[in-house]
Amino acid sequence: MLTRNMKITFGALMLVILAMFMLPDFMPAVHASEAAAAEATSAAAPASAAASDAAAEPVANAITFPPAPKLTEADYPTIPGVNARVMVWLVAQLHLWFGAFVVAVPMFVFIIEVIGMVTRDERYDNMAYEFIKVSITAYSLTAILGGLLSFGLILFYPDLFKYLAMIFKESMFAYALLFFAESAVLYIYYYGWHWLQGGNKKWIHLTFGLLLNAVGLQLMFLANAWTTFMMSPAAVDAAGVFNGNTWEAIHNFLWNPINIHRVVANVAYGGSVVGAYAAFKFLSAQKKEERAHYDWVGYNANFIAISALLPLPFAGYYLTAEMYAYSQQMGITLMGGVFAWIFIIQAVLIGALFLSANYYLWCGMGRSDGAYRYNPRIKYIAAVLVLAFLVWFTPHTLVLTNSELKDLGGPYHQILGVFGIMPAKNTAVNFLLTFTFLSFVFYRRANKVATVSWAAAGNAAQIALFTVGLINIVILGVYYGYFTNTVYKVAASIPQVLTTLTIIITSLVIDAFMYKGAKDVAPLHWGRMPARSQYALFLLAVSFTWLMGLMGYVRSGIRQHWHVSNIFRDGSPDAFTPGLGYAASVVSVGTIIFMAMVIFVFWLSTISGKHVVAKGYWKEQA
Amino acid sequence: MNMTKKRLIPRLLQMALVVVAVYFTFILVFDVLLGQLIPKSLLTMYMVFVIAGVVMVFTFTEQGAQELAGPIKALVEDPSRKMVRNVVFVIVPLLAGYYTYSSMLPSFEAPVELRTIHPAPPNKFKAYGKSFNLTTLENPYRKFEKEDPVKFKELVKEGGNVYIQNCQYCHGDRLDGKGPYASGLNPTPLNFQDVGTIAQLQESFLFWRISTGGPGLPAEAAPWISSMPVWQNFLTEDEIWKVILFLYDYTGRRPRSWANE
Repeated sequence: MLTRNMKITFGALMLVILAMFMLPDFMPAVHASEAAAAEATSAAAPASAAASDAAAEPVANAITFPPAPKLTEADYPTIPGVNARVMVWLVAQLHLWFGAFVVAVPMFVFIIEVIGMVTRDERYDNMAYEFIKVSITAYSLTAILGGLLSFGLILFYPDLFKYLAMIFKESMFAYALLFFAESAVLYIYYYGWHWLQGGNKKWIHLTFGLLLNAVGLQLMFLANAWTTFMMSPAAVDAAGVFNGNTWEAIHNFLWNPINIHRVVANVAYGGSVVGAYAAFKFLSAQKKEERAHYDWVGYNANFIAISALLPLPFAGYYLTAEMYAYSQQMGITLMGGVFAWIFIIQAVLIGALFLSANYYLWCGMGRSDGAYRYNPRIKYIAAVLVLAFLVWFTPHTLVLTNSELKDLGGPYHQILGVFGIMPAKNTAVNFLLTFTFLSFVFYRRANKVATVSWAAAGNAAQIALFTVGLINIVILGVYYGYFTNTVYKVAASIPQVLTTLTIIITSLVIDAFMYKGAKDVAPLHWGRMPARSQYALFLLAVSFTWLMGLMGYVRSGIRQHWHVSNIFRDGSPDAFTPGLGYAASVVSVGTIIFMAMVIFVFWLSTISGKHVVAKGYWKEQA
Repeated sequence: MNMTKKRLIPRLLQMALVVVAVYFTFILVFDVLLGQLIPKSLLTMYMVFVIAGVVMVFTFTEQGAQELAGPIKALVEDPSRKMVRNVVFVIVPLLAGYYTYSSMLPSFEAPVELRTIHPAPPNKFKAYGKSFNLTTLENPYRKFEKEDPVKFKELVKEGGNVYIQNCQYCHGDRLDGKGPYASGLNPTPLNFQDVGTIAQLQESFLFWRISTGGPGLPAEAAPWISSMPVWQNFLTEDEIWKVILFLYDYTGRRPRSWANE
């Protein structure tokens, strides 16, 4: 029986691998020579430049494609009582939220499963299983919303869908096939969890986990290509005539920056949603053991979210810098023009993320009596976090009353205006990250006493590391940010990040050796957490969701009155940029709907394990 | 571990004092010491997050949270505090009512508006009877900065002359937006010395803004108020490029550029 099962698993595995190898056949341009040509074309920045370059290339196929259609309001079907833009907007956003979650969960589930296998600690395996169980229902919702989005586009924006399908037909077909592969691998991974346990079977199970991630990421990358094509079209001329190949259209200017940003953000987002799940279970737990378990799960989820949150601002900064590099118009619309105020809201929400994550760690120190000695230091961390946060969201152009405008002599503040531009923001965010890490260091060592002989020297080295690092971050921010050319100003953000990463990694290494064999000050009580700490976990998930919605709107909105930037004009009655308040309201409604659906998913996971014995209901069997 | 001890100042009062102290520190530092008032909208945002930070510090331990909530709980539940409770329950709604009334009361002050200082430029624009592509447009004189520094210096000087004859009345002889006419304009002219103005922009952006002025602003930037003239009607193309050289040279800023020097 065992051998037969092994054979079936092996066969299924081979089929999936074969399917993945066949994928490129649906994309005719991934051969080396064509890919090289695509590289050359994609190097061009603006759409028009890219288009003219592409036009100079020999046409890859003989088919002549039509130009982008010039639409009027009559070309957009309507359904009375349905606002097409809001409907497509909300459905696309909900699809993206669930999609981000189901792509992210397998990533850290795989890592947790590996940790469980290496440490042989079954708690990790159980936690990984619980996370994937939550994502199964979310997976169905992702697919349903994806279907609804497709119908929405076909119904309300048929010409746009037709145009995109004409360019991306191969990748859309591959996407549909990949969905089958995703479903197959996910179901084997989930339903086979307890079957594929121990010895070689665990390795097979892990291989399915790896495949699940590979397929999930491919799905996301393909969908990203369609989105980014609409922002930075490639392989088309100025009239929108497709004159390249699929790979060129996929590998457009903003594709990889979005890919990187979304992969990192998805992990942080997924971590925050499973953190909310753990908080939900913690708050509804009846037994002490259950509370202890979900406290531990919540701690790990928060750890995942924060670990991915640390590099996220840099991935975002890279994406924005690329948008500026692609088109000055797009860059200024994004951060200097009409959407700049959404970035202030973004700054506030990111600050809320950091504050709630820190608060959760500080509350977590109450799990042990040994942590009291660190409590007096928390207020200093809080002061730095709040100060950095204030710099982080200070706008460059202020909202002023007329009398304030006259008193200040202009819309810029002589002192606070300095905090309004990116070098100050970058410096502030590096302080936020470093001090959040410091909270984590305090949390980790709160209940322990190092026993190594060089503990004092180790502590001194860490203090020196933090001090020198923070001074370096300030110098890089102030000197390069305010006294040099833009190219150095933008480039200085990289050594700032590297400084922060150096502090974090070096400090972790020192801590790992210094606290090896450390003794506990007092017992650690999992579950001894106040309810308000769990609301911090909820806040984390809500802030992430809202943030993604708002920034998603901005990313899409900077195309303004274009379906595809500068080549395919939006002719619908909604071809205008809505007011910021209206947009924020739509996103807020979306956030409420999503959170309601997520609570539904959490609730489903609680009823799935319940068994009711209905005495006297069933006929007695002889 | 019982850490309870009788405090000289109750925690709730401590928290309120910290918040009030931070508020008045902002006012003292900006409005009094630095002479640059802190705008009400910004101070409100600052204080919201200062309060959030203070509440977090006062409540992250169980003991701290209980000490903070204790007096509030007692106010609501303790039968011996009936009189105080009644007074508070009358005063708080009255204060809320007063705040609502005063914030809704019509005033003669013009409503606050969000003004887009740097509107997004179009890809192409028309000036001097021809079309300019902003994505590729470069200052034709910038190359002399390296190739012929003497000539470059001369061009900057010519740009300076153009500036003094035409621009300084509003933007000031120090390029700080404080020219003789500035006080008569609302919004006031742009301060080029500010790190957030020309230092953030490419030279092509400045060329577009100067040559087409206020009327040339895109519809996306509405509502817009600007008294910037359409300088293509008064200056030549060369004069505008030279004045741009002067703006960067005098302020010591570099135009935004993606190329390494």
